[in-house]
Amino acid sequence: MIKIENLHKSYKMGNNSLHVLKGINFSVEEGELVAIMGSSGSGKSTLLNILGMLDLLDEGSYTLDNVPIDNLTETKAANYRNKFLGFVFQSFNLINYKNAMENVALPLYYQRVGRKERQEKALKYLDQVGLKEWATHLPSELSGGQKQRVAIARAMAAEPKVLLADEPTGALDSKTSYEVMDLIQKINDDGNTILIVTHEPDIAEMCKRVVHLKDGVIIEDKKVEQVRAAQYVQ
Amino acid sequence: MFNKDRWIEILEVLSSNVWRTVATAFGVGWGIFILIILLAAGQGLENGIRQDFNGVATNTMFMWTEMTSIPYEGLPEGRYFNFKLSDVDLLKRGVPELEIVSPRNSMGQSQGDNVIRGTETGNYRVYGDYPEIIKQNSIYVAKGRFINYNDMPKKRKVVVIGDGIRADLYEEDEEVLGTYLKINGINFMVIGTYKEKSDNGGGQNSERAIFMPFTTFSQAFNRADNVGWMAITARDGSSISELKDKILSVVKQSRKVHPNDERAIGYFDLYNQYQRVESLFGALKFIAYFVGILVLLSGIIGVSNIMLIVIKERTKEIGIRRALGEDPWSIRLQILMESIFLTIISGMVGIIFGALSIFGINKLLDSVGPVDMFLNPSVSVGVIISALTILIISGLLAGFIPANSAIKVRPIEALRTE
Repeated sequence: MIKIENLHKSYKMGNNSLHVLKGINFSVEEGELVAIMGSSGSGKSTLLNILGMLDLLDEGSYTLDNVPIDNLTETKAANYRNKFLGFVFQSFNLINYKNAMENVALPLYYQRVGRKERQEKALKYLDQVGLKEWATHLPSELSGGQKQRVAIARAMAAEPKVLLADEPTGALDSKTSYEVMDLIQKINDDGNTILIVTHEPDIAEMCKRVVHLKDGVIIEDKKVEQVRAAQYVQ
Repeated sequence: MFNKDRWIEILEVLSSNVWRTVATAFGVGWGIFILIILLAAGQGLENGIRQDFNGVATNTMFMWTEMTSIPYEGLPEGRYFNFKLSDVDLLKRGVPELEIVSPRNSMGQSQGDNVIRGTETGNYRVYGDYPEIIKQNSIYVAKGRFINYNDMPKKRKVVVIGDGIRADLYEEDEEVLGTYLKINGINFMVIGTYKEKSDNGGGQNSERAIFMPFTTFSQAFNRADNVGWMAITARDGSSISELKDKILSVVKQSRKVHPNDERAIGYFDLYNQYQRVESLFGALKFIAYFVGILVLLSGIIGVSNIMLIVIKERTKEIGIRRALGEDPWSIRLQILMESIFLTIISGMVGIIFGALSIFGINKLLDSVGPVDMFLNPSVSVGVIISALTILIISGLLAGFIPANSAIKVRPIEALRTE
């Protein structure tokens, strides 16, 4: 599904150049649930941004679902993001003047799905995350956990190849974190490929594979016994 | 572009901060309002002045005698002289491009009431004229007839009076034709009344003159064959301004005036004046557009500024949208449309208020009666269309920079903003 070879990325900071990713080789099969771990500054967010086509790579190659991702123009990147990827952010990033359903319907709007079909699909995904009754509420009327679930529904609405989650539980208490992880695991059970960036070991343990990043290189890449989040959720 | 969701979005964005939107819109509305009012005022002035020229043969000059300033053929300087009736024929023969040469005499309006009818009296200007004068003035016969060529040799004592005189001296339902007026002690029969083609300007004096045959006037008031002044109209296709020198040299020769004597003969070139007024209208229109567009420009800058602020506020939202896969062009289009929509709506409000003001001014003008040189201020559909075109272009300009700056921020940076 994802194949990365010899990825390099550096940032210019005034006169200094900061080499963030120093030759990453990494691939993800369909249906995997991968945690990318590392301390801050290890390059894990940069890696996720490049995977999400939010940032450009300096060197190396990136193939997503057998499509080489190169020569990205903004329009092309937007198109790929819409077709291939779903995003979940630490700060939820819901659009605050749109209600839950409209937020979920947004990626479908960019796919030029008709208004009615969009609403039906959005409701379906909201139902999957258990928030159908909250469809007409604005993000400001939702709790943190609910917001993240709306964000997950929005990411899934476009039926992406890969779901990318950047610290999805970073802004949540541990109880809601487990609820969100439970949801992510269930989505993974349905065969969806998911990548999670986190620095919390307990969240990483709930994935099927953990990749450790340190100073821009992968120092560890191991399959783990998945801890089900459901047991912490009443 | 005719996408319901996009319009919903535009309305959501613009209504999210109502006061700011209204304040911004005010700038553009005000600009268009000023533009419309200026154009309407210019049009009002133009209408008013055109009205004064209405029916007047504009290809006309007036010519009268003054004092000579150069001695010539044994005659001294400082000499007063008169045109003679024979000069009219000389002019007609000497300058074939002339259509009408009307010799004129007049009296009245300086010493007390000169016209008596029964117990009513009045002070009116009295003209001795040839029939062609009706083609040179903006008057028409309301009742009866005008003086004609049969009156001339017979020196008939007949007069045509203005409708204002009829109102002064007669009862409302009284028959005017066939009655007599005593002018400077001599009785004249009224054979017709005239009205002016323009109902505006003049006021007190409008439609208050008396026309009688030139020959009658000369005999009755002892003018011999003297001519007070001449109204000369050129044929279509030749300009009176160009014929002026030729005309002057003909009369100078016949009146024994030195050819270089510039002061001996006074004249007024109506055509030249008319041309000047025409170019004044052009200048007025230019000023109206210039000032209006400058005022509008400050409104547009306001819109552009607000759009930049809106975009700054929405940087993160735009980042989210792009992460979700919105095409940058779609974002650009969205911002351009917001800007155009805002300008057009506020411009419309400006146009409506402008139109209402013009309506009010017209109502006011109607109620206070005609105002000199100002009539029916209005803007044409053409002006409205050009105002709308200006608005659309302004909206595009106002949105262009913000739209570009919106997508210049990379989505990753936009997402990082708090």
